[in-house]
Amino acid sequence: MLRLQDVHTYYGPSHVLHGVSLSLAKGEAVSLIGRNGAGKTTLMRSIMQLTPPRQGSISLKDQVELTRLKPHEVFRLGVRLCPQGRGVFPKLTVEENLRLALVSQPKRETHLGVDKAYQLFPVLAEKRHQKVRGLSGGQRQILAIARALMGETSLLLMDEPSEGLAPLIVRELRDLIRQIKKTGITILLAEQNVKMALSACDRHYILEKGDIRFSGTTQELTCQQDILVQTLGVSSGVAECEAPAPT
Amino acid sequence: MDFSALITTILHGLTLGMVLMLVAGGLTIIFGMMEVLNFAHGSLYMLGAYFGYTVAHLTGSFWLAILIAPLAVGAVGFLIEFFSLRPLYGRPPLHHLLLTFGISLIVQNAIKFIWGNDIYSIEMPAFLSGSSSLLGVQYPTYRLFVLLFSVALSILIWLLITKTKWGVVVRAGTEDIETLEAHGIDTRKVFTAVFVVCAAFAAVGGAVVAPMRTVYPQMGVDIIIEAFIVVIIGGLGSIKGAVVGALILGLATQLGAVFLTGFADAAIYIVMAGILLFRPSGLVTETE
Ligand SMILES: Nc1ncnc2c1ncn2[C@@H]1O[C@H](COP(=O)(O)OP(=O)(O)O)[C@@H](O)[C@H]1O
Ligand SMILES: [Mg+2]
Repeated sequence: MLRLQDVHTYYGPSHVLHGVSLSLAKGEAVSLIGRNGAGKTTLMRSIMQLTPPRQGSISLKDQVELTRLKPHEVFRLGVRLCPQGRGVFPKLTVEENLRLALVSQPKRETHLGVDKAYQLFPVLAEKRHQKVRGLSGGQRQILAIARALMGETSLLLMDEPSEGLAPLIVRELRDLIRQIKKTGITILLAEQNVKMALSACDRHYILEKGDIRFSGTTQELTCQQDILVQTLGVSSGVAECEAPAPT
Repeated sequence: MDFSALITTILHGLTLGMVLMLVAGGLTIIFGMMEVLNFAHGSLYMLGAYFGYTVAHLTGSFWLAILIAPLAVGAVGFLIEFFSLRPLYGRPPLHHLLLTFGISLIVQNAIKFIWGNDIYSIEMPAFLSGSSSLLGVQYPTYRLFVLLFSVALSILIWLLITKTKWGVVVRAGTEDIETLEAHGIDTRKVFTAVFVVCAAFAAVGGAVVAPMRTVYPQMGVDIIIEAFIVVIIGGLGSIKGAVVGALILGLATQLGAVFLTGFADAAIYIVMAGILLFRPSGLVTETE
């Protein structure tokens, strides 16, 4: 679905991503774990072409080279970014936020339209004509996700959706991510919350100072707690490693 | 001062304010979306008046003048946006200010070159000349027309901005252009369209006031200064602020001329200073 090869991204003179390579298969949920400042947001922005990489390649479905495109063209290929801090428009109403994502998309019956979004997320239906300004953090996150699912979504990039949310809401969010995955949408989830990343995704990359330091499955990562401690200063907080049965 | 004189002054102020809004509204939208302080916006208003004059002169039709002037100025706006602003987006605001200041000088001199330093006027349609009685006062019919015309135009703009999907796009753009781009909208094209539409509205303003004011090469500078004051009073980038600011400024100018005889020009600065003292970032600041 998505393949990054040797991606280098800069902000002006400062070199932030030092040759990142990773890949996501169709329908996979993959996490990108890293501390504050590791480069998670920059990686998401690089994929979306908001901060185009200076070197390297990013290909979608092994067909399209994203680095030649503008962000709106990347969106039209089905790539959706839920930005860190939600990225919803506070002065617009809930409904206007949702409709905005449909402006550039052709009308088709099968798509998730505004009405279907309200069915899936009743909390948004209640607030449809309210300004987003008045929504709670959790509601804004749901809006950001609902908006990202409008129309034809194939790859969902979520940048720290759990940031600033209460534990209970984080669990709901995790369930929501699992549900989205079941619909066949590929997910890349950037997180500092290791527990959330491990429980929502099947495969994980650890990003440290713009480099991939680890890549593996949930099982492999829980067996190598030292990596988490080294790169994040935390342990996973989930089930201890179960050593694979000897063969 | 008697009651009827007060009514007349207030009507003058409202008319002036509504026309000012056509210029200041565009100025604030362009700033809100593109972070460009368009110093040349007054020149577009002025070009509207000159084009309107020429069309009216050639065809004898006032209505054709206020129709063609905005179309022609829209085309000029397209050239300005596409060839000069576009390459500079994302640069520090000073670059745009210098560029648009330069453009305003070019337009002003081009106007002097083509039309000379003479002062012109557009002839108003016969049925709008004379005066009508309103609230017990005799008020010039043409001014009343300008007031109603610009109110109608503002309602049209308001409907466009609040009810259409492109209005949502414009409002979203004044909040966060990058997120808009990341949601499938070609913001470069939106910039061009917005600039053209705002140029056209400024031009309508210039053409429609021409019969009651005059057409002269300095009018672009005069209006841009007032429009800047409006957006500063109203809050830079705020559409509502531009409406409120324009009406306040229009009224302050007219009431100042009556009550502060001799200091009329100072009235608007006093109002601006007073407002900024209490609301340093303008009247309408919608923080999250
Ligand atoms: N707009 C920017 N300009 C310059 N440096 C930036 C900018 N945004 C982020 N950085 C730097 O890039 C690095 C990675 O940041 P970021 O991608 O936001 O990390 P994360 O999302 O993992 O917290 C940090 O060192 C940060 O200071
Ligand atoms: Mg981040």
